[in-house]
Amino acid sequence: MKKSIISMFAIAATTSLMVSCGGPSSKSNNGAIAGNAAEKVYVAPGEHDSHYAFISGGFSGQLSVYGLPSGRLFRVIPVFSQDPEKGYGYSEETKPMLMTSHGFIPWGDSHHPDISQTEGSVDGRWVFINENNTPRIARISLKTFETEEIIEIPNSAGNHSSSYVTENSEYVVAGTRFAVPFPQRDMPIDEMKGNFKGALSFLSIDKETGHMDIAWQIKMPGFDYDKCHPGRGESSDWFFFTTYNTEEANTLMEVNASQNDKDFIAAINWKKIEEYVANGGGTKTPARYAHNTWDDDAHTATTKWENEVLVVDPSEIPGAFYMLPTAKSPHGCDVDPSGEYIVGSGKLAATMTIHSFSKMIKAIENKAFDGDAYGIPIIKFEEVNYGTLEQPGLGPLHTEFDTRGNAYTTFFISSEVVKWNIKDLKVIDRHPVYYSVGHLMIPGGNSRTPDDKYLVAMNKITKDRYLPTGPEVCQSAQLFDISGEKMELLLDFPTIGEPHYAAGIAAEKIEGNTTKIFKLKENTHPYRVTNEAETKVVREGNNVHIYMSMIRSHFSPDNIEGVKVGDKVYFHVTNLEQDYDVPHGISMIGANTSELLIMPGRTTTFTWEPKAVGVWPFYCTDFCSALHQEMQGYVRVSAKDSNTPLKYTLDGDVPGEDEEL
Amino acid sequence: MKIKILSLLTITTLFFASCSGEEKAKEVVNEVTEEVTENVEDAVEEVVEATGDMANLGIGPITSVELDDLDPDLADEGKELYKTNCTACHKFGKRYIGPALSGLLDRRSPEWVMNMMLNPEEMITKDPIAMELLAEYSTQMANQQLTEDDARAILEFIRTKD
Repeated sequence: MKKSIISMFAIAATTSLMVSCGGPSSKSNNGAIAGNAAEKVYVAPGEHDSHYAFISGGFSGQLSVYGLPSGRLFRVIPVFSQDPEKGYGYSEETKPMLMTSHGFIPWGDSHHPDISQTEGSVDGRWVFINENNTPRIARISLKTFETEEIIEIPNSAGNHSSSYVTENSEYVVAGTRFAVPFPQRDMPIDEMKGNFKGALSFLSIDKETGHMDIAWQIKMPGFDYDKCHPGRGESSDWFFFTTYNTEEANTLMEVNASQNDKDFIAAINWKKIEEYVANGGGTKTPARYAHNTWDDDAHTATTKWENEVLVVDPSEIPGAFYMLPTAKSPHGCDVDPSGEYIVGSGKLAATMTIHSFSKMIKAIENKAFDGDAYGIPIIKFEEVNYGTLEQPGLGPLHTEFDTRGNAYTTFFISSEVVKWNIKDLKVIDRHPVYYSVGHLMIPGGNSRTPDDKYLVAMNKITKDRYLPTGPEVCQSAQLFDISGEKMELLLDFPTIGEPHYAAGIAAEKIEGNTTKIFKLKENTHPYRVTNEAETKVVREGNNVHIYMSMIRSHFSPDNIEGVKVGDKVYFHVTNLEQDYDVPHGISMIGANTSELLIMPGRTTTFTWEPKAVGVWPFYCTDFCSALHQEMQGYVRVSAKDSNTPLKYTLDGDVPGEDEEL
Repeated sequence: MKIKILSLLTITTLFFASCSGEEKAKEVVNEVTEEVTENVEDAVEEVVEATGDMANLGIGPITSVELDDLDPDLADEGKELYKTNCTACHKFGKRYIGPALSGLLDRRSPEWVMNMMLNPEEMITKDPIAMELLAEYSTQMANQQLTEDDARAILEFIRTKD
């Protein structure tokens, strides 16, 4: 024993000597400023980032997971699009997640992620994200980092003012961008005015399971609803939506929807609606929409067809709906952490409008109205307006906040982020971004308690910022340190698709809760196996069901005979591993549906319709052990009319056979 | 032995301190590594010779197991766990992915068996028997995240086969 200790010492000493001798110096010869930025984003090998960033995948339809401050990409979570890396939307179990009233939709357009909250702070339980094109809201588990639920939003079109949560995750909200016939019907387009409506949907969230339901849908005037934000603190009973096209134009919108100097922020008291509905208010209205849920025990998604929604007409609930005049075609609608200031970013205006919640309440008490919009009182501008930020930049879009009374606004046209003080409406700092910034994100910035060390600006255009990759170049995020008076640019990193928005959270709120494996004993998949003795092949007419298992490093069974041309072969494959980070893959030559990547304890299915006789191989696609290359098998395919008997073996035996067991 | 290693170390230090000739430095490192490896192997052999396999308790959370009269209920529980967690690689009657398990408790201490179930990663890199088995069977034993109670139940089931 003594000897081994000395030997160990010898190894350690030798190693440390080698490290200290020669090799590249860790000190770069960059300037002091660059060196400082590098230090701030450097996460040493093996160390963890301090924050998660969930960045919208835009037209990829997905949600990507990055670490901050390193900007490293950890995972792309498939949500609204098929994902070959994970078999999502290809495997039999996940296909129902992409079902809609329009049929199976393989590719969506994801927009605005928002993390669930408890008492006004992000809690790291779920992240919600909206699909803009075929209106849907998804809920993603931050235990498994998988999509658990997708609900379609009827009567909506261009689901853009979504998917923001109230401060105790009572509701996640989905507002329509397009006004459309409500319910849909065949009518002339140019009769839009007064006949189209805008649906704003409130989805309830079950406190324990996160399960969503459309609690009610508000039938608003036929404007376009662009963005929204819940109130905070004093204003937490309210939700605010920006509107544009209050002109109700139906063609050449870039001109015809930009006529009015002011559009509105719609202020909606959702607590009053909740009360109204609890007392039997609202009208049950037929609507067919898909409600897809994932079951972690059955490892399977199912689609439930919903048949109606509860529709609420604003005229029925006095005191719950007001319009706040806001310059001009406002895009972003953001409420500061105190809940007092409501910022409308008029993308076409030279100024930014900041409304005051307390003034709004006073104006409502004093009935300081200036007409109405389809029966909804319009509050006099000066009676609700806190002030304006004069010429802060060109094309304001979105605003986030820190805990020190500052706001940060993106300017698309002038490509910059501007820091300004909310109370005195003075610009403090401005920093260029590269280029054409859309959203920005401060971790927890959508809550009462922003975690305000970092700011991520998300840019639509990168041009010369990275090595060129043909006509299509990456979109990007830029990380700032906002802990000081001046914003400091630290890092550029590419994003997946267009990063419409992002949600950030301290890593400690998530990292201890993530799922490591799925327990085999909790697996309720109808085609699961829990050990090799249960693996088998069963013929039902032309359908052949293979109950297969995988473990380092073999399949059971791995020799299958008696399959015929014209059969539909179901590979139901269970990963018997119960260890962290040991997925196995499977691919079958000529399978038109999917390869699979299967997590420990999970059962997943793909189908194969062999077209020709022969002996066809399958193999594991994810390097699983030193003997990964040996993890393979054969299926013998005989002619349609052959008499080859069904036979399945492993090492020449019936799988799992042990005479002495 | 002690002197030899220390002197080698001194030579190495001198070599590296002067930072001359990468090739030579590598040679010396190789020499040292070989020497160290031999020493470790010698030490392992000595331990095994001195005590025998049955005295090897393995490396892991289990330091002592009291085997009383066979507990049939616990063995039944262990059988179910065995089927789910072990049969993909082990049979009693014959060598499979891993060794045949018949007569296991005549060859290994109960502590070693449980530590192998609970702590296979460390066992295959440090325990002399486990290292030898990995060399022979190639496939590393999977960690099935068993609890100590699970492993104890499986051990009880294995007892019924002996």
